[in-house]
Amino acid sequence: MSAHAEVLKDSRAATAFNVDRIREDFPILREKVHGKPLVYLDNAATSQKPKAVIDSLVDYYTHYNANVHRAVHLLSTRATAACDDSREKVRRFINAGSTNEIVFVRGTTEGLNLVAQTHGRQNIGPGDEVLISGLEHHSNIVPWQILCEEKQARLRVVHIDDRGVVPLDEFEKALHERTRLVAISHVSNALGTVNPLADMIKMAHRWNAPVVVDGAQAAPHMHVDVRALDADFYAFSGHKLFGPTGIGVLYGKEALFNAMPPFQGGGDMIRSVTFEKTTYNDLPYKFEAGTPDIAGIIGIGAAIDYVNDVGMDAIAAYEQELLEYATDAVSQLEGVRIIGTAPNKASVISFVVDNAHPHDVGTVLDREGIAVRTGHHCAQPVMDRFGIAATTRASLAFYNTREEVDALIAGIRRVQEFFS
Amino acid sequence: MSDLNDLYQETIIDHSKRPRNKGEVEQATHSAEGYNPLCGDRVQVQLKIENGHILGIGFRGAGCAISTASASLMTEAMKGKTPEEVEIAFRKFRDLLTEDQAPAPDLGKLAVFSGVREYPMRVKCATLAWHTLRAALRGDPQAVSTE
Ligand SMILES: Cc1ncc(COP(=O)(O)O)c(C=O)c1O
Repeated sequence: MSAHAEVLKDSRAATAFNVDRIREDFPILREKVHGKPLVYLDNAATSQKPKAVIDSLVDYYTHYNANVHRAVHLLSTRATAACDDSREKVRRFINAGSTNEIVFVRGTTEGLNLVAQTHGRQNIGPGDEVLISGLEHHSNIVPWQILCEEKQARLRVVHIDDRGVVPLDEFEKALHERTRLVAISHVSNALGTVNPLADMIKMAHRWNAPVVVDGAQAAPHMHVDVRALDADFYAFSGHKLFGPTGIGVLYGKEALFNAMPPFQGGGDMIRSVTFEKTTYNDLPYKFEAGTPDIAGIIGIGAAIDYVNDVGMDAIAAYEQELLEYATDAVSQLEGVRIIGTAPNKASVISFVVDNAHPHDVGTVLDREGIAVRTGHHCAQPVMDRFGIAATTRASLAFYNTREEVDALIAGIRRVQEFFS
Repeated sequence: MSDLNDLYQETIIDHSKRPRNKGEVEQATHSAEGYNPLCGDRVQVQLKIENGHILGIGFRGAGCAISTASASLMTEAMKGKTPEEVEIAFRKFRDLLTEDQAPAPDLGKLAVFSGVREYPMRVKCATLAWHTLRAALRGDPQAVSTE
């Protein structure tokens, strides 16, 4: 390396962090795809796992695999303690007031459905409204549709503008005394738009409408503080947060959780059962029927330890810089249009290439070792809004580099050679 | 490692850019819609059948290069055919995409899709128009889905 390059590299490392060292923590980043180094730009779908997370799973299954809360033997005690530790790590990670407010679920989808089927069914009736935005992932649309259909309530949508922004004034106008619930994403997975959540929550609370936040795309990319936001419910997925699949978190304010009926019935969620009457367990176990995903709970704890070590603020700053770099580079390509140009975005660049269908773009990029997502990103209403069927989406994580963005740009040029 | 040129053969690129038989069929007797939920692509196939033969065939929609070229080449190849002949051709075409064996010798131009076999995620793109054509022949008004 030349002295000049050395200096350049140092100056970059000083402003952000040592991405080369971070990459060493992720074994999969050494994989080759079609003989090329893997360039993984599909982080919004699922993220890669650091060795610390993988090791935590192996360690549990190798050394202390046992069920939790059920036995006095040592392994069960250790497994139970590890799960309790993880719950406390999650609590601190999102600054919840109590571990009673942290319920482990399968993922964001299950968290949102839990709220719809318990709080929703209890509080929403004929003529009431549930308010969502035009940015939502199907998992933050369909549970509310099901609920509204059942209760003869109305699902109201605040549509997005040409940049993919939910206009705050439109949002405010859509609220009224029949709004019983607001369900909104923190960050859009299809476009990357960051919603002004704190403002939205304040507005909703003026109408006494609790707010359910789909935090699937926010938790991995920024510091989340549920109390500062004053969110009533906040759901996210472990697998997008560098943890295992099959585990996620539903945060809920304790008073709301207490007032809600249970979601599923079974073991662990009860205090006592007779054929005449069952009394339910305390929070958070009331919402955790059956043997939980113990390995997943341990894994998400390890993932949180890992990102805390790197630092959520450092991650957000580095990713923002990388997103700007990538946005500039993609914008400069002729015949390529970025879909979603909100002033406040995180991690995602969705784009369309003239004369090349996203599916073909994805296949050509794949041959270059570049993994992107193509399709409607489980957000068909967003695609409809822009009059397209699909986009190609590159979504970044803190282990991605400028060199990988350059590879993406070269890949798009190769697509254009093929199809134009 | 298979080369991208094996997938995107010249004929495929040509038909994706200049699809044949794209548009409405006059006095169509049969039609159906197909949908690929994976990419959101939709295709409509219209037919005019007389005396048991496909006299007119056209398509609208489609999307990616593979599905558009497949619809285009299919309409060319199936003009004048009977429903039984369509069924036989479909089976040979599907085997071409999924079976590890030499393509049927009478596939003609349709053999350009042999490269798709290396790309399992793209098989549905190539078969979308065919499923839709078969639905139209069955008189199935429901949109067919490749899932
Ligand atoms: C914004 C958003 N919400 C919800 C989900 C659903 O998450 P999961 O599939 O982990 O339940 C996703 C992930 O696909 C997402 O990106």
